[in-house]
Amino acid sequence: MNPPNIISVTGLCNSFGDQVIHQDLDIEVRRGEILGVVGGSGTGKSVLMRSIIGLQKPDSGEIRVFDEGMIGKEEDQATDVRRRWGVLFQGGALFSTLTVAENVQVPLREFYPNFSTELLDEIARYKIFLSGLPPEAAHKYPSELSGGMRKRAGVARALAMDPELLFLDEPTSGLDPIGAAKFDSLTRDLKETLGLTVFLITHDLDTLYSICDRVAVLADRKVIAIGAIEELLAIDHPWINEYFSGPRGRAARRGHSAQSDTPRAKTQQLGRS
Amino acid sequence: MANSADFTVEDLPSGQILRLSGTFVIASIGDVDRGLRDISGPVSEIDISGVTHMDTVGAWLVHRTAKEHHAQITGSANDAGRLIDAVRGVDQAEVAAKPPISSLYHFLAEVGGGVVAGITTLLQFLGFVGQVVKAFFSLLISPRRFRWHAVVQHFDMVGVRALGIVGLMSFLIGIVIAQQGAVQLRQFGAEVFTINLIGRLTLRELGILMTAIMVAGRSGSAFAAQIGTMKITEEIDAMRTIGVVPVEALVVPRVIAAVVMMPLLGIFASLMSIIGGGLLCWIVLDIPPATFVQRLREVTPITDFWVGMVKAPVFGAIIAMAGCFQGMQVKGNAEQVGLRTTAAVVQAIFLVIVLDAFFAVFFSEIGWD
Repeated sequence: MNPPNIISVTGLCNSFGDQVIHQDLDIEVRRGEILGVVGGSGTGKSVLMRSIIGLQKPDSGEIRVFDEGMIGKEEDQATDVRRRWGVLFQGGALFSTLTVAENVQVPLREFYPNFSTELLDEIARYKIFLSGLPPEAAHKYPSELSGGMRKRAGVARALAMDPELLFLDEPTSGLDPIGAAKFDSLTRDLKETLGLTVFLITHDLDTLYSICDRVAVLADRKVIAIGAIEELLAIDHPWINEYFSGPRGRAARRGHSAQSDTPRAKTQQLGRS
Repeated sequence: MANSADFTVEDLPSGQILRLSGTFVIASIGDVDRGLRDISGPVSEIDISGVTHMDTVGAWLVHRTAKEHHAQITGSANDAGRLIDAVRGVDQAEVAAKPPISSLYHFLAEVGGGVVAGITTLLQFLGFVGQVVKAFFSLLISPRRFRWHAVVQHFDMVGVRALGIVGLMSFLIGIVIAQQGAVQLRQFGAEVFTINLIGRLTLRELGILMTAIMVAGRSGSAFAAQIGTMKITEEIDAMRTIGVVPVEALVVPRVIAAVVMMPLLGIFASLMSIIGGGLLCWIVLDIPPATFVQRLREVTPITDFWVGMVKAPVFGAIIAMAGCFQGMQVKGNAEQVGLRTTAAVVQAIFLVIVLDAFFAVFFSEIGWD
């Protein structure tokens, strides 16, 4: 009943004026995996995410999420799909005039107006707990939170609707290494306990090594390679080499080489390499 | 996919057994939540083997009911058990509820807070005016720091771009004054005094006052919103660390622009009102333009013009300072920008009208009437 691919994008083209961002981009996200998306600045990682979640109308191409075509969908049908995913934006994008608990309740109130206030409060409380925030943070406003707490609050809101799919846009950027490591383990725990599929945009090599099942590399306007990190290392592409074998890449690999290998997916190498 | 969630209660000698069935997911949980809350009496066991699908909201419901009645959860599949364990952790993180606050206390706190806020705002505004004056003089001493470019840009925004709307508004007001004047004065056969009305009213009062209201709405609000947004994005903090004084860079150019542009806009507005009024006199009262102009020069003393010109720059300064002050007061979130922008306009118009009343008394005392 469930197709193996939770997201499949084929032939995606995006451009802003003369500037072409994506050309014939293909990417697939499998059910239950954490897919890391990497690429240099300006390679269109965020644009890819925005295209998938419907904030950016692509020039052409097909996007299927949960095996439903997303392009040209009526607004109310798209809403039905949207409630099945959660999104964490780069800055958290919390509603600044609402407390954290109210932020979490926004999607619930929107989709389930028949929920009682007690139930909404309980849901907000345990979502905030799941995202790793202290309970007293529930009644604080976003401007009273630190950057790391704001991201966790963003996750709590993204989890409000019990999504099957979670989009994270650079969740660990701007966090200290301890906070970043905690966020990584939070992502992994959520994936394991809630059975989430995670689409994760990141620059953080430690995140890639520690939690991602597969990594997709964006360069030259498309996904040039997708697979487990060991397989990407075997690919001879100047950007990939520089990325994973630069000083930071080597350090991250050393840090994680002791960890045991999880079953890895087979590499698909796309485009030129 | 989402069928409804349901439960049945089974009475056994050892206590009640709750049998849950269906899909316990967020989409189907709304009604069963109330039912589960209403269950009374001891529940010894909650059997969830009939649940086909569960998410964290469903798990929470099961866990909550179990906790309430100290019941055992049985028949949980792996997934359900994992989810229930995940939400169970929240119990250790319980917070003490805040004590309820009585409404009298709340009312008193509100009033007290309002009084304190009012007094501090007044003091802060005085301090702000002082800062602006100080910045102005320090710029006079070292004019190299003066931002000509910003001033000229604000001349354009405050003055040139307001010409259209101010002109149209004043033209229409001129027509209204003339029309109303003509109707009323005709009863005494004194239609010709309509010209006095137009000339004196527009130059002395309405030309400047209406322009001030328009500038407050157009530019005072823009000042507050611009500076408020810069405050939120930490641009103003960045300026301070670089060594730029925000009052010099942001406030002084805006105040100067408003002070210079208000009289010019005022002259323009008065002129447009006179043209509007003259047009109506010509059409309705058959007073030809040449007669109108000659009569206008006879009945309108030049002091009327000076009254307007003295008031205009003061109004401009008030509007710009109120706008910039409110912008500087923004902290925290986006809603503040909106609140402060509104406050800037309300404050500016209020102060302008209060001052206008003072000016009216003052000028008639010194004999300019």
